[in-house]
Amino acid sequence: MARKVSTRRKLVMSAIAWTLGILIFFPILWTVLTSFKSEGDAIASPPVFLFFHWTTENYAEVQSRSDYVLHFWNSVVMSLGSTLLGLVIAIPAAWAMAFSPTRRTKDVLMWMLSTKMMPPVGALIPIYLIFRDVGLLDTRIGLVVVLTLINLPIIVWMLYTYFKEIPGEILEAARMDGASLAKEIVYVLTPMAIPGIASTLLLNIILAWNEAFWTLNLTTSKAAPLTTFIASYSSPEGLFYAKLSAASTMAIAPILILGWFSQKQLVRGLTFGAVK
Amino acid sequence: MGSITLRNVSKVFGEAKVIPSIDLDINDGEFVVFVGPSGCGKSTLLRLIAGLEDVSGGQIVIDGQDATEAAPAKRGLAMVFQSYALYPHMSVRSNIAFPLKMANIDKAEIDRKVNDAARVLNLTDYLDRKPRQLSGGQRQRVAIGRAIVRQPKAFLFDEPLSNLDAALRVNMRLEISELHQTLKTTMIYVTHDQVEAMTMADKIVVLNRGRIEQVGSPLDLYRKPANLFVAGFIGSPRMNLIEGDYARAKGAKTAGIRPEHIGLSREAGTWDGVVTIAEHLGSDTFMHVEVSGIGTLTVRAGGEFGCRHGDRVFLTPDESKLHRFDDKGLAL
Repeated sequence: MARKVSTRRKLVMSAIAWTLGILIFFPILWTVLTSFKSEGDAIASPPVFLFFHWTTENYAEVQSRSDYVLHFWNSVVMSLGSTLLGLVIAIPAAWAMAFSPTRRTKDVLMWMLSTKMMPPVGALIPIYLIFRDVGLLDTRIGLVVVLTLINLPIIVWMLYTYFKEIPGEILEAARMDGASLAKEIVYVLTPMAIPGIASTLLLNIILAWNEAFWTLNLTTSKAAPLTTFIASYSSPEGLFYAKLSAASTMAIAPILILGWFSQKQLVRGLTFGAVK
Repeated sequence: MGSITLRNVSKVFGEAKVIPSIDLDINDGEFVVFVGPSGCGKSTLLRLIAGLEDVSGGQIVIDGQDATEAAPAKRGLAMVFQSYALYPHMSVRSNIAFPLKMANIDKAEIDRKVNDAARVLNLTDYLDRKPRQLSGGQRQRVAIGRAIVRQPKAFLFDEPLSNLDAALRVNMRLEISELHQTLKTTMIYVTHDQVEAMTMADKIVVLNRGRIEQVGSPLDLYRKPANLFVAGFIGSPRMNLIEGDYARAKGAKTAGIRPEHIGLSREAGTWDGVVTIAEHLGSDTFMHVEVSGIGTLTVRAGGEFGCRHGDRVFLTPDESKLHRFDDKGLAL
């Protein structure tokens, strides 16, 4: 049943929504604008909004000073690698918790989530030392491993929620039909959970892409992803807002584009099961 | 080929003893129906046989081999679920082929078997559709198709018709009975509907609170119910149960007489009473008659019996078909 909404109410709500939207989007817009300014315009007071001398020299400068393609590639390997590895571990784990729960399942889930509550800096020194001793500092494998571990609780939780929506009788039917556990997961559970798995995949790629704490602390150059690449522009030589903005724009552009094209899937995934 | 024996089988969920202990023999080729009110343990018993639940005690023997610990897939049984449990992402063809694919049968053989099953079940035109594009009856047939292709030792049906509308239910009931005639494979069928039980079964197992109340052919249960529970559960409309002086005169705590075993007259009879409700079905007339000293009795008259609320009628029970029960509810 559709509720009647008065025109005035609609106008007010739209105004609020647009204000909030612009407020949230503004910093990104400002970053993109600043990236096309000269360093002088970038720190001008009062700030100039659109009427400045547009230039692309910051981008050329950034590319010549540091290897964008290398960092971009590191980010791709790190986010895709950690997410895929996480899924391989999390799908069977979530299966076990959703379809074969024990009295302790809820506790295990809460315990896993609780690891996300701990400030990561508490684990930094031990992990740093372990990485140093086994030679994983500034390596892609090291990054993939640590990001997999960081995001695993979220992956398991999301998959668990989606799996809970799948009727158990269908898996029982597969078992009666002679499917082994592995075949049941590969042929029946996974295809049915594709929407949920896809949104888990997307969200975790974004989370891993944006992860700054571990990437900054565990890499220096060879394996450094885009987060490190941005950070290198707030250097002791002083702040170069325009170049920093150009670097930031280049770092967030891929994930913004990915998010834009998959927003339908993301929203569907995040509200999966909310409405039957 | 498909005999199933339960020895002392019990199931406990936490504190609740769902099935205290059951012994049952199912012969090869038999159509056995588990019937009982909801919560009586009939579905649990079926799931124990299927291996979808572990037994808490006892032994399940299939074809002379102890299958108590065997995985569901290793028992050679096929199951049709109440919700059909079709694989929503697969076509009808892949759904039916799935058990064969799991058994690593070669492609040509799978195609042949799937096409045969589709022909038997009138699904040939729907093989490339997804389950969501089918009606309830068609989905049910796909579920049955998926069960028959692998030629199981026995079929397990868990209330397969309860999601269908009344007309379709009667059709599917006939189709399943015909299937049993053709395949001659053991079938175990769970239902709460005593009409399904009576029409389909070779052998009915009446369950109540996890215990077997009686096992027998439909007519055995109808003619010689072992106790009050079976007497009340089998037969439609229900048997009239009379306590008090009339029962005592017959040497019982409770006397039972089925609605169809009471003679009806406008002139004379053992009891006289007043019609409270008359249901005219055309083929039958069901009357609820208030008899003083006895209570309200349900009476069935074949054909149309013209009477209305408030009419006076005379009833005569056929005493050769009277059932007598003692104070424990057991038949005398």
